[in-house]
Amino acid sequence: MSLVAERLTTSSTTAPPLRAIGLSKTYRTPDHIGRLVLGSVDFTLREGEIVAILGKSGAGKSTFLRILAGLLAPSAGRVEYRGEPVIGPVHGIAMVFQSFALFPWLTVLGNVELGLEAQGVSAAERRRRAVEAIDVIGLDGFETAYPKELSGGMQQRVSFARALVVNPDILLLDEPFSQLDVLTAETLRNDLLDLWVERRIPTKGIVIVSHNIEEAVDMADRILIFSSDPGRISAEVPVHLPHPRSPEDPVFRQIVDQVYTLLTTVPGRDARRGAKPEPIGVGYRLPDAPVQQLSALLEKLGEEPYNGRADLPHLADEENLTTDELLPLLELLQLLGFANVSGGDIELTMAGRRYAEADMLSRKQIFAEALIKQVPLAAHIRRVLDERPGHRAPAARFLRELEDHLSEEEAERVLDTVINWGRHAEIFAYDDDDRVLSLENF
Amino acid sequence: MEQRWGLPLIAWPSRLRPNLWDLAALPLVLGALALVAWGGMAMGAHYQLGEPLSISLDPWRLPEYALRTVLRMAAALVVSLAFSFPYAALAAKSRQAEKILIPVLDILQSVPVLGFLSITVTGFIALFPGRLLGVECAAIFAIFTSQAWNMTFSLYQSLRTVPVELTEAARMYHLSAWQRFWRLEVPHGVPPLIWNMMMSVSAGWFFVVASEAITVSGQSILLPGIGSYIATAIDQRDLGAIGYALLVMLVVILLYDQLLFRPLLAWSRKFRSDADAEEYDVRPWFLLVMQRARFFDLLQSTVLALNRSLDRAIVAGSRHWMPARETQPPSAAAIRLFDLGLLAVASAAVVWLVAFVRQDVSADEIGWVVLLGALTALRVVILIALASLIWVPIGVSIGLRPQIAERVQPIVQFLSAFPANLLFPAAVVLILRFDLNPEIWLSPLMILGTQWYILFNVIAGTAALPAELKLVASNLGVRRWLWWRRIMLPAIFPAYVTGAVTAAGGSWNASIVAEVVQWGDTTLHATGIGAYIAEYTAAGDPARIALGIGVLCLYVIAFNRLLWHRLYELSIERLRLD
Repeated sequence: MSLVAERLTTSSTTAPPLRAIGLSKTYRTPDHIGRLVLGSVDFTLREGEIVAILGKSGAGKSTFLRILAGLLAPSAGRVEYRGEPVIGPVHGIAMVFQSFALFPWLTVLGNVELGLEAQGVSAAERRRRAVEAIDVIGLDGFETAYPKELSGGMQQRVSFARALVVNPDILLLDEPFSQLDVLTAETLRNDLLDLWVERRIPTKGIVIVSHNIEEAVDMADRILIFSSDPGRISAEVPVHLPHPRSPEDPVFRQIVDQVYTLLTTVPGRDARRGAKPEPIGVGYRLPDAPVQQLSALLEKLGEEPYNGRADLPHLADEENLTTDELLPLLELLQLLGFANVSGGDIELTMAGRRYAEADMLSRKQIFAEALIKQVPLAAHIRRVLDERPGHRAPAARFLRELEDHLSEEEAERVLDTVINWGRHAEIFAYDDDDRVLSLENF
Repeated sequence: MEQRWGLPLIAWPSRLRPNLWDLAALPLVLGALALVAWGGMAMGAHYQLGEPLSISLDPWRLPEYALRTVLRMAAALVVSLAFSFPYAALAAKSRQAEKILIPVLDILQSVPVLGFLSITVTGFIALFPGRLLGVECAAIFAIFTSQAWNMTFSLYQSLRTVPVELTEAARMYHLSAWQRFWRLEVPHGVPPLIWNMMMSVSAGWFFVVASEAITVSGQSILLPGIGSYIATAIDQRDLGAIGYALLVMLVVILLYDQLLFRPLLAWSRKFRSDADAEEYDVRPWFLLVMQRARFFDLLQSTVLALNRSLDRAIVAGSRHWMPARETQPPSAAAIRLFDLGLLAVASAAVVWLVAFVRQDVSADEIGWVVLLGALTALRVVILIALASLIWVPIGVSIGLRPQIAERVQPIVQFLSAFPANLLFPAAVVLILRFDLNPEIWLSPLMILGTQWYILFNVIAGTAALPAELKLVASNLGVRRWLWWRRIMLPAIFPAYVTGAVTAAGGSWNASIVAEVVQWGDTTLHATGIGAYIAEYTAAGDPARIALGIGVLCLYVIAFNRLLWHRLYELSIERLRLD
């Protein structure tokens, strides 16, 4: 707290480090209608704070971060860096990518020096600063190694060193720990937080896109929740806890619960309000949830110690589910009417309990019924196949329909998802060679 | 699935009943069969050496000539496949055989294609006295030599790189060596093999033009085909006829692409194990017709049924003589003995070859030929450098724009398949018109057809650069020369080397037709080893042909070993993106 306050007072300029005003981004679809991925986002990064962004996949978080970095141009709105408009990459803003994005043909030193070289820093100075940055990030001894000789964790350290060596004013992190194992991720995160808290880096603000709720609560002073279609900030959760934070702290747990609640609320399906669920359309962005996992989760929830009810952070921890895996599963459970999620808790409905207790064949039947009843796209495909004389239809037909609502890749993903569910439920068959849906064999 | 194949075909299962797609498919297939039969008959026609074969320049005869040429190409492709499978299998399976087969293949690859023709044509004619078939065989053999080697190499490499776990799985389930070959190793090799077939056919188009007009013992034989048509047109200085030939060639290459390679490529995707095979790719229309038409289902089930019984028979038999397990490796002494024998045979061959050449050729002339080789080498090096200077920046800027790259790729592919020698007469006309020095201005012809490999590979290499690496460069503010030096050039280097190797190899090969170019009774000469070989091939001087080809081979091998191979190793070690 005190450190944050101190940072605030030492600010010399009045303009905030980073500010986004009415940012929108539209991607053009094949039929030139355009799909809004980001809808009018306002955002201010204050001096000396870490802001974490959480949200479902496809909520435009990465797009938002790339626009802040000046790597993507917004369709509308603008970004200001210390009062100056951002129209391309600016000195002072550095970014770390999920996939590390190291150049395989450059050594660790070469990668770290690259940004300085681009700024025209002299060779001797470059070397001195790069070696220092490598030292700070804990990689000394590996200067002449090539990235592929290093483990994932060490590669990401190189990537951090490359960002830090240019003394960035603002650091943008795009899920930087998501490709690392839990232990490595935690170590690297703590090392970064130490640098930040002890002010060994001159950075005045960090924006991190994350897929891990605990990570966000551990790091951030403020958490923004993004909702999709189009991506926008749907909620903001301040975290007033001093570093280092303890996950066992009740306040920490309470914030985690709160974030879970915000993230798992399907629009119009908030059980607390007691309202009838709003119907979803054919073009609904179905969650990317595999049936096998759904089945396993329902079974677990039906048994001891849960008996149909669980605390979400606890469940994720016990069953080793990342937020990226858990959120789509929860959404599907709610869509199918198998469970209600509220206040960071999950509770099985009657249908959900019935499923959990049934044998494999009856489970398929229950799943099929729910799919037809609750997922309009599945029902639509089945209806078209029923009505056609040959009971066959090319997948491309439905893909085109979906592309009216979704981007090309999303349409493909949604169709693949529903085909997967439909095949499992045996409400239709699919020939992968011909890409034809049919009612063959039943 | 299993059951369906076993069904008796007379029962006419519902999925085999004809449908609308058959309406399109059947005429296509029956027509093709009739054409093949007719062409085959024409090949067997009577012929006596010395009998003049006249080629008419009437454009209406062109479709017929084109068909004859296409059949020759197809025959050569089939022979190439038939050669590649056993050769690659043997080289991949036996360490002893590998020691001979792979260097031999390396040398065969560097022998100029037209060199094979001049050496073998008399033998083929003697094989079928009184028939045109001998000359046909010589032409097909020449095309075969332009197609086979890289296909064999690609198959050999695939066989060597089958994922270990798949091999282990195959052994755990007791697949015999025969089953393993067809169920695992060949499918693994299919996608690269098809890419190499496409390249082979491109090379074939280039040499078909040269191999149909053959000179034997001072007599020129013109096999009916596009190549002979062009040769005649060049002889008679008929630019109009060359224009027609160009047009027909364009159509033929387009048909080959649409009817054979697009479907093959799409089909081969299912053998790929990587994830991007999952994409919703566009299906070529011809594959669609084939997959939709019931006629092809019928054909497929018949073939599959046949294949199954064959397989069963061979499996039953092979259990006895083909163990699934690797046989005991031979002892160290046996291996040394084998190596010594190999060395002895190789030395004897070299001594004999030198003696054969030295009978007719003085040491001074040998020195002169080596110098000629150096001249041609100089041309190749300069041309590759020039082509790189032009095409690397263009390729990169295309590769950075995916929408444009998508549209440009098929055009470049088409250009690389187009036989550039069709354009040679135009070069002669230009050189004469502007009174240019043929020593310099004939050189670009060597790279006319092969430069596209550089462009093609650079585009592909650029497009393969992960988006995040580009973003990092942009975020760090890396621009201009630093951007080329640190990012783009290293990124495309592996792809560039692949393209440049192909382009250089093609240029060496093309030197034989590009250093001596005719237009009517005007002949332009450039000094070089290609011209030397071409000259003595026309004169029929075996010792000097052998000398020329031998020296050319040495140059090509030296370049491959000392330059390209090292660059390739370097690029694999340092620069690969994965």
